[in-house]
Amino acid sequence: MAAAPFATPQLKGYPVIPLVQQGAMAHSKPFVASAPIQKALGFPEELVENWQDKAIAKMGELLGKYRSLRVYMDTCVHCGACSDKCHYFLGTGDPKNMPVARQDLMRKVYRRYFTFAGKYFPWLVGAVDLTKEVLDDWYSYYNQCSECRRCSVFCPYGIDTAEVTMAAREIMASVGQGQKYSNEIIGKVHRIGNNLGIPAKALENTLEGLEEDTKEATGVDVRFPLNVKGAEVLLVTPSADFFSEPHVESLIGYAKVFHAAGISWTLSSHASEAGNFGLFIGNYDQMRDISMRVREAALELGVKRIIVGECGHAWRVAYNFWNTLIGPFDFLDQRYPVPQHICECTYDLIQRGALTFDREANDGRIITFHDSCNVARASRMGGMPGGQFIIPRAIIKAVANHFHDMAPETIREQTFCCGGGGGLLTDDLMELRVKGALPRMEALKSVVDEHGVNFMATICAICKAQFSKVLPSYGFEMEMIGGVHQLVGTAIRLGSPK
Amino acid sequence: MTLLTILFALLFYVATALLVGGVGYKIYVYSRTPAPLKIPTTPAPVTQSGVALRLAREVVFFESLFKSSKWTWLFGWLFHFALLLVVLRHLRYFTEPVWAPIVLIQPLGTYAGFAMVAGLAGLWARRFFVDRVRYISTPSDHLMLVLLIAIGLTGLGMRFVAHTDIVAVKAFMLGLLRFDWQPLPADPVLLVHLFLVAALMAIFPISKLLHAPGLFFSPALNQVDNPREARHVTAWATGAPKPAKEA
Ligand code: HEM
Ligand code: HEM
Ligand code: SF4
Ligand code: SF4
Repeated sequence: MAAAPFATPQLKGYPVIPLVQQGAMAHSKPFVASAPIQKALGFPEELVENWQDKAIAKMGELLGKYRSLRVYMDTCVHCGACSDKCHYFLGTGDPKNMPVARQDLMRKVYRRYFTFAGKYFPWLVGAVDLTKEVLDDWYSYYNQCSECRRCSVFCPYGIDTAEVTMAAREIMASVGQGQKYSNEIIGKVHRIGNNLGIPAKALENTLEGLEEDTKEATGVDVRFPLNVKGAEVLLVTPSADFFSEPHVESLIGYAKVFHAAGISWTLSSHASEAGNFGLFIGNYDQMRDISMRVREAALELGVKRIIVGECGHAWRVAYNFWNTLIGPFDFLDQRYPVPQHICECTYDLIQRGALTFDREANDGRIITFHDSCNVARASRMGGMPGGQFIIPRAIIKAVANHFHDMAPETIREQTFCCGGGGGLLTDDLMELRVKGALPRMEALKSVVDEHGVNFMATICAICKAQFSKVLPSYGFEMEMIGGVHQLVGTAIRLGSPK
Repeated sequence: MTLLTILFALLFYVATALLVGGVGYKIYVYSRTPAPLKIPTTPAPVTQSGVALRLAREVVFFESLFKSSKWTWLFGWLFHFALLLVVLRHLRYFTEPVWAPIVLIQPLGTYAGFAMVAGLAGLWARRFFVDRVRYISTPSDHLMLVLLIAIGLTGLGMRFVAHTDIVAVKAFMLGLLRFDWQPLPADPVLLVHLFLVAALMAIFPISKLLHAPGLFFSPALNQVDNPREARHVTAWATGAPKPAKEA
């Protein structure tokens, strides 16, 4: 399936809600997981013969296991409040990318098989049989949702389309229609320990290289420890931080913070991945098994604290789910939150005066901040609601002089997804990724024009990778995107070189 | 006792049973279904009382809807608030003596009838004129609005055009409550009004009207944001530490 050429949308000066264009993205679908990929996760290798019955049975099972799904299937009144809130609808105009319509793809089937009205009066409530066409629609449009929860913020009942998407993907995987990108990556985590498939030896070499580079750049011996028993802190970070640009700059930033604060820390080759794609495919067991590596590493290394690096969905899983999945954490130091976000750690150190900065070092940068969905709408930092918005911005302002927020309806809990989250960060979905980035690109353009912004900071590995790819499509420099700890690393004082 | 009276009496008993039994069953199912993971849509309250306040703001002000769409909010809130007043005003048919606050809102209630129909008309117009809302509307969405508008118009018709014997209506309603049936006036507008109301009650538990109880069970709204402080454990997702499978 060679991607057909497509036109990058025009950036307009003000947001426009597109008119409905039926079928505009019907051709978009990611590669289906191959037999070996499916097998490695215990899913059927291809679409099973009686997939229809299996899928309905699975739906029934999920309705009994997840209150969210059960309630959300019944509750929607088709008010349309969410209809213009999804970046994929705004970028493509395809009506099935309206959150309510995306939910309806499943709701129609739910009504047909599980409700009185749908069983006896299907035409009245728009109920349909689960046919192959419907399954194809599911595969297409449930892989056009980044599970960003923006729709949930605007729905009067908080209906979260992400929950429906996850259930749909779980059903599809269970009948043999898994998504290649996510499932392949999960397989790598089980085999090797991280999403990128970096073996322990290569990781060790990379970290040694980073120590040398940092020594060269600063004259200071900043360490990047791996598998050090008895360290105070276990840092769990997305594996992209080890190899990708600009991600690695943030890793250097974390190391400098630990160095300057005198905190002993370590990475783990067993838990060399903070990301957890089990979330994206809606599979509880996968999510738990991937998370379990962190518990095992923490016990093995005898650390007292766990800190999570810059990654949006990883922070959601860590903050909201770890305690349930792999807790209790009674073996860790209870004076610190478990787990703690790297931004919480840095922010606390700044508050205590334990870090000092040369803010001028960042003077070449005019900075804005992109709130990542899973941090903004699915987790928290610090002791107060909304700390996830305050803390990263406070850090940026402590380490740099020029900061401008984007328009209020595009940040904080109303932030627009980068367009590549939720298991969609794959080349076979490039058209969707470019078009889905439109609302964010428009908001960025405003602050570029108005304030000369040249750096968009974020705290998510997926956002960083996605923006590196799509910024050029919209005429921006790829280097505009970077991490918050990249800024910290630029400005932090490390003490006198030894 | 006329056949009509018997039919309507039975109709209301059946409708009430369906409403109470159906909604009760749904609430039972919702409350029995586990919410295995913490998924409040953040920023979320960090205390239980904060959550109660969040739900109260959604119920009373439609807070999220206000953020999303001012027109929908205006029509929707107008309709619901007016509906509440209308229903409160109707309590005079079911209570003897009529409670003082209900007496007090009687004049307001009259105008609420108009507000209710106006709000419903606005909501219905969106289903034709906003292309996104048109796309998602099913026949049942239209019919639900038609049903409520018809109830409102027949009610207003009795109030302002073709008056009915409301003393007899009250006697009939009180009779139903006391299992001591009284004759129902054979006034066509009244009969239509009552029949539609019974239909509304009957379809409540099998339709999107479940949004009213559903709101209180939405995990995105009703969970406290405290996953690090309190370990969240439910029936099937015990999370009892099992070692990861080695692949
Ligand atoms: C806890 C009580 C209730 C709350 C918080 C509530 C809230 C809402 C909200 C926020 C909407 C979406 C906006 C709108 O279209 O108005 C809505 C729609 C609706 N509500 Fe309610 N509602 C409640 C009870 C009821 C009851 C008792 C009825 C009917 C007898 C009702 C009938 C409707 C209808 C028909 C719609 C859809 C309107 C349309 O088609 O656009 N609601 N409700
Ligand atoms: C069994 C229950 C009901 C009975 C016996 C009943 C009876 C009546 C009667 C007798 C009137 C005429 C009032 C007058 O002439 O002063 C009326 C008016 C009205 N009814 Fe109902 N009704 C019932 C339920 C409802 C419901 C559930 C609704 C709304 C969904 C509704 C909406 C209205 C409206 C809008 C009016 C006109 C304004 C007013 O007088 O308050 N009714 N109803
Ligand atoms: S969760 Fe995000 S991507 Fe999915 S439908 Fe809602 S707004 Fe769109
Ligand atoms: S905002 Fe909520 S209730 Fe309204 S259409 Fe969207 S999902 Fe349904």
